[in-house]
Parts: sequence; structure tokens; C-alpha cells
Amino acid sequence: MPPLTDRTWLWFAAACYLAGAVLGAVSLLRGRRGSTAAIYMVLAAGYAFQTFGLYLRGVAVHGCPLGNKFELVQFTAWSAASLYLVVGPAFRLSLLGFGTALLAAALGLAALLFPDWDAARRTHVFGGNPWIEFHAALALFSYGVFGLLALVSGLYLLRHHGLKNKRIDGAFALLPSIRDLDVIGLRLLAAGVALLALSLGVGSVWWLREPASVNLFKLLATIGVFLAYALALALRLRGRLVGRRQALAGAGLFLAALLSIAPVNSSRHPAGPDAPPAPEAPAR
Amino acid sequence: MTLPGPLVFHLGASHHTAPLALREKLALPPERAADLHARLAAVGLPELVLLNTCNRVEFYGVADTPADLAALEAAFCAVTGLEPADFAAIRAHTTGPAALRHLLAVAAGLESQLLGENEIFGQVKDAYAAAQAAGRAGPVLNRVFQKAFQAAKHVRTHTAISEGQVSVANVAVELALTIFGDLRSARILLLGAGDIGEKTAKAFQSRGAAALTVANRTPERALALAQTLDATALPFEHFPHHLADYDIVVGSTAAPEAVVHAAPVASALSRRRARPLLFLDLALPRDIAPEVAELENVYLYNLDDLAKIAAQNLAAREAEVARARALVAEKADALWRQILARHG
Repeated sequence: MPPLTDRTWLWFAAACYLAGAVLGAVSLLRGRRGSTAAIYMVLAAGYAFQTFGLYLRGVAVHGCPLGNKFELVQFTAWSAASLYLVVGPAFRLSLLGFGTALLAAALGLAALLFPDWDAARRTHVFGGNPWIEFHAALALFSYGVFGLLALVSGLYLLRHHGLKNKRIDGAFALLPSIRDLDVIGLRLLAAGVALLALSLGVGSVWWLREPASVNLFKLLATIGVFLAYALALALRLRGRLVGRRQALAGAGLFLAALLSIAPVNSSRHPAGPDAPPAPEAPAR
Repeated sequence: MTLPGPLVFHLGASHHTAPLALREKLALPPERAADLHARLAAVGLPELVLLNTCNRVEFYGVADTPADLAALEAAFCAVTGLEPADFAAIRAHTTGPAALRHLLAVAAGLESQLLGENEIFGQVKDAYAAAQAAGRAGPVLNRVFQKAFQAAKHVRTHTAISEGQVSVANVAVELALTIFGDLRSARILLLGAGDIGEKTAKAFQSRGAAALTVANRTPERALALAQTLDATALPFEHFPHHLADYDIVVGSTAAPEAVVHAAPVASALSRRRARPLLFLDLALPRDIAPEVAELENVYLYNLDDLAKIAAQNLAAREAEVARARALVAEKADALWRQILARHG
């Protein structure tokens, strides 16, 4: 039997995430609170497969696997799953597990189903500079945090809609209280902004040394995403962006951040002439 | 067709026939009720009980002739300022055994907005006691109401219609939990010192609410209730300036018009940052202006809304309701046969 490739492991991961999403959807349709433990276990299995798949890819490309759209999207899904597995049990939000599974499955499957996203692989994408690698990984991880924030914002909007329309039964009964969702949303927003600020801080050191190494569009897009989230956080802390509008901002900004990944990726300078396409990495 | 026996009737309007905005106009505070009884003194209604709650204004009585009913209706419209044609559109009227069935169903909570709730039983008892004290309950209504109380108890004991969240207070607490998660840090402001507000405040306290403040137009009553509930009292005219300090505001005054308006709430919200504000309007006429609901981070629920929430759990009790209605019909018909035998 030929060794399993990194993509195969990532397919396993996507299947697990999809199973988690189906489990959550079935519970939701039945109007019952699903087993948080079951969804957590399925997510954990998917996370293990995804981690291994990305590890194999990392070995093959000699660095953090952030060299093309496929890898960026996979890494974002992995970041969201990582965060949920750490903080999910503390929040005790069964629907957040369902949402995370849905997000990770959607991102993972989209990356796998579009061959173009993984057509060009690049090795040594960060030129062997661990700080730039750290900067990129941190930035993508913050996107994962913002992904979870978008999910929580979605739950907030659902709860808000239910309360304004006097519905607290059925699927609405499975939602956390609107105050809890607000508090969790604020924490995720603050964590995401802090991570992205740290990432930009690390990246700026390199950029100051070699300004020409960073494409202007990438610079503007990344700073734009950071400023938008930072502004949302500042307005939230001052009580100017609250409730439904804050949730809409949380969901809308993530969509914008996600859409900015592709142009940012394509605007990056190639790693160098010595960057041949990497073969699919088999497990060793 | 004229029924044999005395002309026992029920006449009135309730949440079944009239929307909240119209029920506000039907409300009969004590001074209006006294005015109505004064006008009815000249009408030939030997027996009359007025059931006046936030969801229904109903008369139960014995008339000498159908014309007396028309006189009652005209007097009621004159006191409330309602056009007779408007009242005719929302009026419910039954006579004979149908009137008895209606009263028994009302006393058993089967006609309540929160199906199966217990409050109505006490309200029917109070209405009957008031009629007795005023000498308006005679031999027919005495028997009818005594039997109605027995039947209501029987229905509640032998069916499960009262199980679950079937009081305004319980539904209000359930709703507050969906907004705040738990009530340990929730501060409650109770406007009014009436029975329904007191029960709701107690329900919040039993779930661990952080603090309770009472504001009432009569300061002495606010102080007395605050002492009973281990709460603090606030001068009524000051509460708009302190709205930002509270998470849940319960309106239960007997004020003829709204006492909470959008402008002070908007001002309070700017000082509350992101904390939501829940308004529970248990009063009729309503205490809280409907525009308040349009504000961001504000959730406003009136009696109809709370009933809607309670109704969401209704499906499970529908079989019990059918059993309860069958029991009511059986008891009412037996009572009608007794009345015919004694007074027919």
C-alpha cells in the first residue's frame, strides 16, 4: 500500500470536521442539545489528522506550510480548530463546537476541492527566516481567532433575532445567553487584535530592514484588516459599537479578511529562483 | 331561542377578542368601576360580578330582561369612552350553560393568556368577594361561583394543565436567563407595588438576583414593599435618572399612560456601554412606550409577548387542555341542571 500523502490526511481531517457539523446539525434540527463531548471528540480527531497533514506538508516545503492558497486556508481552519479545542470547553458552548466544525469543514473541503489552489507549491517560502515564518503563522492564527469571532457573532445575531421576535424555543433554546455571547465575542476580538498586532510588529522589523521585500498591496491589505479590527475593538470598549452592530462587524470583517487572503498571497514576491514545486509529501 | 331558567350571562372582552392596545382602553381602575356601578344602579341587574384583570374585563350576572344587558353595555361604553360599535366588534357574550362553562374555564386557567396559570383563580375569587361585599352577589351567583371554584380546583388537580412555566413571573425569569445567563449580577428595578410585580420580583430574587429596587408613585407603598422584599426604595420621579444602574426593569404600575420613554432609556444605554437592558411590561395600560423596543441592546416584552413565549411550550399540554375542557363542560352542565331545578 502506498504511503498516505499530506492531502489524504487533510481529507480525513475534513471528513471528521464534516461529521462534527452533521452531528451538530442533526441535534439542531431535532431541537435538542447535542452531545458536546461527541462533537469535541470528532473535532479533536479531525484536528489530529489536519496537524499531521500540515506537518507532512511543512516537512516537504521546508517551513511553515503557508506557500499557497490551499495551505493558507488549511492553516486558518487549523487555527480555528486549535482555539476551539483550547477554549471551547471553558465557554461551554455546544453550538460553538458545531460552528467550528462547520467552518473547518467548509474551509478544509474548499481547499481540497479546488485543485488550482494547490497547483503551485513553493519551498523555502520564507527564505529560511524564522521570524518571517513566525510573523506569517501568527497572522494566520489571528485569522483563525477572527473566524471563531465570526461564528460567535453569527450566534449572537441569531439570538438577537430570536429575542426581538419573542422566540426562545426550539433551536433558539440551544443558544447561549446574549450576554455570554457578547463577552466571548469581546475576548476573541481582543485576542485576535493582540495576535495580529504582534504578528505585524514582528513583520515590521523585517520590513524596515528591507522595505522592498514586501509588496505594497499586501502591506496595505494586512494593515487595513488590522486597523479595521482594532477600530472595532476600540469602539466596542468605548461602548460605541455594541449589540447587533458589533456582531455584524465581527462577521463582516472576517469575510473581508478571508477575501483578502487570495490577493495578498498572489501579490507576494516569489521565494526565489531556487523554489521548485514541492511534490506531495508522503508520510514517513 | 329563549333558554329556560334565570338569565345568567357573561359579557365582556379579553385577550382572545381584543389586542393589547384596545385592552388598555377597556381597563377599569377602581374609580371607573365605581362610576360604572353607580350608573348601573338604575338598571335591573339583581346580581353582577365584575372580573377586571389585565387581560379581561368581564361581567357575570343575572338579568331580568335582555334589555338590561343592553343597558349594561351602554354604561360600560360610556365609562370607558369606547364607541358601542367598537365594543361590539370585540365583545364576547354567552348565556345559560355556555356562560357557566366560560366562567369555569376562566377560573381553571383555560382561558388565560398563559394557559393553566394560577393567578386568575385568585382574581376570580377577589371579584366575587367584592361583589358579595357590595351586595351584588345573590343566590344564583353565589352558587355559580362556589361551584366554579370547586370545579377549577378539580380540573387543576386531575389534569396537568398547570405544570411547567405557567406564571408571568416564571416566564419572565426564563426570559431574563436567555439574556443574562445567570442573574447573580443582575440588578432589578420594580416600577409599581402591585401583586404581579411583587411576585415577579420574588421570582427574580429566588434565582439569586443581585439587587432589587422598588419605585412607586405612592412612596409609602414603595417603602412597605421594599421592606417586605428586603429591597431598597427609590422615589418614583428619580427612576429615569437611574435606569443605567439596572439590568431588568419591571413595569407594573397602574399609571394611565407610559412612564418609561425612549429618551431616558437612550441616555441610560450610553452609560451602560454594551450591557443589554431588559424591560418587562406587566402593566395595562402599558408602562413602557413601544418605541423603547427600537433601541439597540434593548429587549422589551409586554404581557402578550410573555404569553407568546409561554405558548411555545403549549404543545406538550394540549392533550391535558382537552381533558380539562371536557371536565369543565361536564361540571358546568351539572351546575346548570341544579340552577334550573332550584331557580327555574
